[in-house]
Amino acid sequence: MVHGILAMQHPSERPKWWWWVFVAGLAAFFITMPFHLEIFVILEMSRFFGMAMLALSMGFLWGFSGILSFGQTAFFGLGGYGFTVLALNTGETTGSVFFAVALGAAGAGILGYFMIYGRISEIYLSVITLVFTLILEKGIRATSGDQYVIGKVRLNGQNGIPTVPQLDVPWNTSVQLDINWFFWVGAVVMILVYIGLRLLLTTPFGRVLVGIRENERRTELLGYDTRRYKLGAFMLAGGVAGLGGAFYAISIPLAHPEMFSLGRAADVIMWVLVGGKGTLIGPIAGVFAIEHFKGWLGTQGVGQVTLVLGAVLILFVLVFQRGLVPSIGSLPGLWQDRAAIGRRLGEAAAQARRPVRRRGQARRGSGA
Amino acid sequence: MDQVANYLFQIGFSFSIFILISLGLAVIFGMMRVINLAQGEFLMLGAYFCTLCTNAGINLWLSFILSALAVGVFGVIVERLVIQWLYGRIIDTLLATWGLSLLLVGGVTTIFGPQTESVAAPLGNVQVGAFGFPVYGLVMMAIAVALLVAVYAFWRFTRYGLIVRGTMQNPTISAALGVNRSLVYMLTFAFGSALTGLAGAVLAPIVGAYPTLGIVYIAKAFITVITGGHLPLIGTVSASGLFSTIDGIVATVSSSVIGEMTVLFVAIILLRLLPLGITGRMTRGV
Amino acid sequence: MSETAAEREVILETKALEKRFGGVSAIAGVDFALRRGELRCLIGPNGAGKSTFFKMLTAQIRPSSGSILFDGRDISRAHPHEISRLGIGIKNQVPDVYDGITVDENLWLAARFRHGARAARAKVDETLARLELGGIRGQVLGQLAHGQRQWVEFGMVMALEPEVILLDEPTAGMSIEETNRTAALIREVNRTTTIVVVEHDMQFIRQIADIVTVFHQGRILAEDTMARIQANRDVREVYLGTSGLA
Repeated sequence: MVHGILAMQHPSERPKWWWWVFVAGLAAFFITMPFHLEIFVILEMSRFFGMAMLALSMGFLWGFSGILSFGQTAFFGLGGYGFTVLALNTGETTGSVFFAVALGAAGAGILGYFMIYGRISEIYLSVITLVFTLILEKGIRATSGDQYVIGKVRLNGQNGIPTVPQLDVPWNTSVQLDINWFFWVGAVVMILVYIGLRLLLTTPFGRVLVGIRENERRTELLGYDTRRYKLGAFMLAGGVAGLGGAFYAISIPLAHPEMFSLGRAADVIMWVLVGGKGTLIGPIAGVFAIEHFKGWLGTQGVGQVTLVLGAVLILFVLVFQRGLVPSIGSLPGLWQDRAAIGRRLGEAAAQARRPVRRRGQARRGSGA
Repeated sequence: MDQVANYLFQIGFSFSIFILISLGLAVIFGMMRVINLAQGEFLMLGAYFCTLCTNAGINLWLSFILSALAVGVFGVIVERLVIQWLYGRIIDTLLATWGLSLLLVGGVTTIFGPQTESVAAPLGNVQVGAFGFPVYGLVMMAIAVALLVAVYAFWRFTRYGLIVRGTMQNPTISAALGVNRSLVYMLTFAFGSALTGLAGAVLAPIVGAYPTLGIVYIAKAFITVITGGHLPLIGTVSASGLFSTIDGIVATVSSSVIGEMTVLFVAIILLRLLPLGITGRMTRGV
Repeated sequence: MSETAAEREVILETKALEKRFGGVSAIAGVDFALRRGELRCLIGPNGAGKSTFFKMLTAQIRPSSGSILFDGRDISRAHPHEISRLGIGIKNQVPDVYDGITVDENLWLAARFRHGARAARAKVDETLARLELGGIRGQVLGQLAHGQRQWVEFGMVMALEPEVILLDEPTAGMSIEETNRTAALIREVNRTTTIVVVEHDMQFIRQIADIVTVFHQGRILAEDTMARIQANRDVREVYLGTSGLA
């Protein structure tokens, strides 16, 4: 059961009753927090919900459709800026949150169309998405002049927009949420996104995505237009990242070019990798673990946090390839499922032995 | 006339930067298929070595060569410690080199601090009509072209170049022919690193050296090599030519950031039209 | 049968089909015609172009020139997913399946493409029964033996209910018993579906084939009944020194 919650071995199956119990427990855990924690802890943790949505978008895309987008931060940043600019112009936040989602999805749709319909290889896709977010960062950083104004809002370049409005009550926009209410809304939205993505995996769309991850060519030969599914997943993840961006910008409160940065993009990878790829709860756990660890590191006077993070990333790739959650999750199954683990290790070894793959692929195709 | 000279200078200058930052990547990513996200940090290390050398009173041109050698040696260390375990595992390589990139940025910031170390740009200006052009810019163009010719000749005409190209195309056959594959990979990685280190050193007099220097150029370098396609040298040259023309013109009429964004959008549209890159349909060459 | 094979309509046809890789022609002008209901075998030495030919028929490889007609429609520029929709299913040479998910889920992905949710379930059950794989439906495919994976892939192709099925070496790595079962299965499916099989196992081909097409160096060398093919001098020459056409 622990195995099932954490590692979700059969994501295409309907979740069992205990999964719902687990989710309810998770919700209760977050909802009771403001009653027994200091306000500064609540403020600190509010930031994590937006990040967790970003992590979920990456975890979903990478773990279940096999697309490794290094530039989820592009849609995260677009969401943050989109929310801020629209909310400041209209004086209303609910519609602006939806706009952030739409902007993230639209950005992903445009970039994704060129990449996915151009059929560039997965590795090029990873690099292009990264390049995309870096260029957006540069673009935003260059908007410090007075001429860069959208409606009433100055983009402010390097310094970002510090006047991000707090969420207001949809039916009464003059009332803004207080710290606790924002914490609750953030927690609930994060959990809803988690539930939504988890359930999506049981639908035909989700199962086809897993099919594409497992074997794209076979999926095409079965008649599925895999490009449409991949673009759909990419846009969905872009929307979720945009949502996360809005919540993050409200929580700090600042819409800043840093949201697009390489450092932030690296954080996303770390969250998912450390938490565990191929799960949805893993990325959430990764955010809380890593961000907590970073906060702690900052107080330990070790100097550059990136130095430690870089070392952790290398270590994770070289040593723990599956991430923490699946590793912990597979402990109970160790003695039941030795054969499967042995096989996985065998696969990893075989993969490591495989020579660098290159143009030979085409040659293999013409072999017989 | 002056305006034409100005455009030509901008394009040529932009071209030399594209070539300098992409050449090492063309070897490491284009030929070896190793996605080295720490490539920008290799560039940054080259720039730091150059400032260290010139501060120690070493002649600038000699400093370039020392920086190339130093980053080449650094490349050997990285290849032995990290990369060699990851050949064929593309995604893992990408993640590990990203970790390396963060590690280097953090490490250099710890040692040297976040401020920019500068190297005096030599050689002054030359006046053409209303515009003054730095002579060092012209020297950079010459260096870029000389490097291109040297690398091409090395790949095309030397025995080592042939062994490398053969090994990259089919490692198994090369091994069967008695080539020490591991050594070839290591040396090629070192060669690409040295080229990048040299590029960093050559850039140092105009941009200085600072920890996040690499991040400024990494995006440009990758789109150049990716757009170039599977023939690393011809691809890099043609993509550099195209992008520097766009960048030079757009940057002159608006700003350098707009120039860079235009290049990115052109690159993305090109990939839709030519998914295999500019050299996708060519079968011969390097 | 009331009509002879020669009178039935042509369902799949290629005209002057060519594929060049660099300077080498893997397929060098193939004119091929398949009639509805046929069970055709393709044979030929390694490198003759059989698998390349199959990949071109299913849009996995674009032809350099020439055309492919399915039901009279030119499909040489189609995408792989359109090929399946039109009614051509393929089992590639290397088992092309989803190793990370269960047998059941593998078949479901195939069945769901043509059917609604409930009909897809029924189709999966039917296919499992037909292949006698019901006992292992919950197992992850990657853990199964090679022969079983081949059958699952065959089952996936069947679940698509195509008009033409292309099987590239369906018995590779199978025991004699498994091979015999596969032959029986192919003959049974052939009652409703046109089938083309690439094989090296001559014993197996004798069991199933109507007409045999021999590929050599990217061209069709001969096309006839198995008995006549075995007597054909050109064919014998091609096979001499390789596996021998026993």
